[in-house]
Amino acid sequence: MSLILITEQLLNGLQFGLMLFLIAAGLTLVFGIMDIMNLAHGSLYMAGAYVAAETMQRTGSFTAAIIVAVGVTALVGIALEILIMRKLVTRDHLAQVLGSYAVILIANDLVKMIWGPTPVMLNMPAMLSGPVELLPDFLYPAFRLMIIAVGLIVALALYAFVTKTRAGVLVRAGASNRQMATLMGVKVPVLFLGVFTLGAALAALAGSLLGPITAVQIGMGEEILILVLVCIVIGGIGSIRGAFVGALLVGMVDTAGRAFLPMLLRNVFPADVASSVGPTLAAIMIYVLMAGVLVFRPSGLFPARG
Amino acid sequence: MSTSRIFTVLALAVLIAFPLLAPLYGMEFYISFVRRIFIYALAASALNLVLGYGGLVALGHAAFFGAGAYTVGILATEGVDSGLIAWPAAMLVSGLLAFLTGAVSLRTRGVYFIMITLAFAQMIYYLFISLRQYGGEDGMNLYNASQLPGLDLSNDLVFYYLVLAILVLALFLFQRLINARFGQALMGTRENESRMQSLGYPVYRIRLTAYTISGAVMGLAGALLANHNLFVSPSLMNWTQSADLIIMVLVGGIGLLYGGALGAFVMLVLEEILRNWTEYWHMPLGILLLVVVFFAPKGLAGLVRIRSAVDPAKTAGLAKEQP
Repeated sequence: MSLILITEQLLNGLQFGLMLFLIAAGLTLVFGIMDIMNLAHGSLYMAGAYVAAETMQRTGSFTAAIIVAVGVTALVGIALEILIMRKLVTRDHLAQVLGSYAVILIANDLVKMIWGPTPVMLNMPAMLSGPVELLPDFLYPAFRLMIIAVGLIVALALYAFVTKTRAGVLVRAGASNRQMATLMGVKVPVLFLGVFTLGAALAALAGSLLGPITAVQIGMGEEILILVLVCIVIGGIGSIRGAFVGALLVGMVDTAGRAFLPMLLRNVFPADVASSVGPTLAAIMIYVLMAGVLVFRPSGLFPARG
Repeated sequence: MSTSRIFTVLALAVLIAFPLLAPLYGMEFYISFVRRIFIYALAASALNLVLGYGGLVALGHAAFFGAGAYTVGILATEGVDSGLIAWPAAMLVSGLLAFLTGAVSLRTRGVYFIMITLAFAQMIYYLFISLRQYGGEDGMNLYNASQLPGLDLSNDLVFYYLVLAILVLALFLFQRLINARFGQALMGTRENESRMQSLGYPVYRIRLTAYTISGAVMGLAGALLANHNLFVSPSLMNWTQSADLIIMVLVGGIGLLYGGALGAFVMLVLEEILRNWTEYWHMPLGILLLVVVFFAPKGLAGLVRIRSAVDPAKTAGLAKEQP
């Protein structure tokens, strides 16, 4: 196992983790501020990917694809918040699970009606489709580097927004104690609309960035949603810092597990055992990680509500 | 006779008569369809024990469902056809899985409980995907139905009545369990965990027992489903299946004896009708679910029997402060 291979997988893990964070940030804030269990957050990610694919096909510009996807999905987020989420605030988690699951069903069929049941293509911009030589003999795909860069920039911006701005103070106040924030005069419903829209935009950004390296297809939202839920539960619901740490942990563990576990097992077990156990172990690693964290810290690593 | 008992007897009479009358109207196909409803009704009722009566939102029960189905499938592949062995084995495997995962999950509360049950279910799901000798992701066919002494399960009618009998028996036992001290204590933990703790009830043990029983019955439902489909696959255990089961319970009436059965009936019939009507059947289903969420918060059974319905907002760890 060479150092280059390890570095490459670490970069892949970082890249995946940062994308998970983009999706997790919105979800954890919605959870934290309004205590809403929104299973439909993955649908916003899917919407972003599809709109990006459509725009890319029409304009050929990846930048335009991202901008349009983020804008359109933000609008969808606003509509979703006003029509449905706002009304689920006073309801229990079960009603929220049911309500947002209904949104998933509707969203998947809407996408099927517009784009058909088969996956659509979201092409990589030609400029970024080649590899970059990071070190002598170490080539890494330019597109993935771009994702890492964008992910880091957005994560930093989000961090600055939450810790340094007045709006960020309100967001944190809302997340750590909604009642108290309301009493202190924070307009929580307005705050919530803002956070929900921001969350939708971030999910769409992740969708349009990941689109070219994963399949843009119906059901992609549910697949990633589970991973994202794992991230925010590990981090502690409502905490941006928790979501960041959780997302990077999940991204790294998932990527490293898939890359290295089958290999490591082959050193210990016979090849046929290793080749059947390896992928399973890799797939369940993040769930083992989550269960492990929850056993020792039942409300995650950085609980927002002390 | 109370109204609900009259309803029960009437419903049972209709269900017993159905397969005898169906061929007269060219509806043989629906015998198997109704049998599938029974199986899902059993599963949803098992989930209702923890979800409705225990107030525990478990989002991973499909794993026990699938594990039961796989136990029958794997035993059949290994040459064990007898239902007398395979079906109890399915209950045992699923019950054991529920016990082990429940022991860890029940340490957490609220959303964290939802998530950790989901996590365990996904682990079990991926475990079965990796069983390549048993079909892996593609699942596996069963060549024969389980063998039961004196009963021919390949006969549609026999199997129909057996499943119906099991469902009725299970509902009867659930009713006894809920009315017994154990069930009352379980509902007590749902209403107020710390009060029950102070009264000296072993809250954790009560919940774990309910979780294990629920898991074992899910396993039985899975065993029946394996025989019904003569096919098992990991997709049975996907988390969306768990969500579907929760939705059945919610639609039917959470914490009501017939809630799970009613929900399974309504959802599967709706799905069937919508599927025949349009390719885009998820959308009307989703819209209907939204209507249920906004206008019938206590499920359909709750519409009829509002007084005895559970207040879902009181479910343990899920009570929300009003803003």
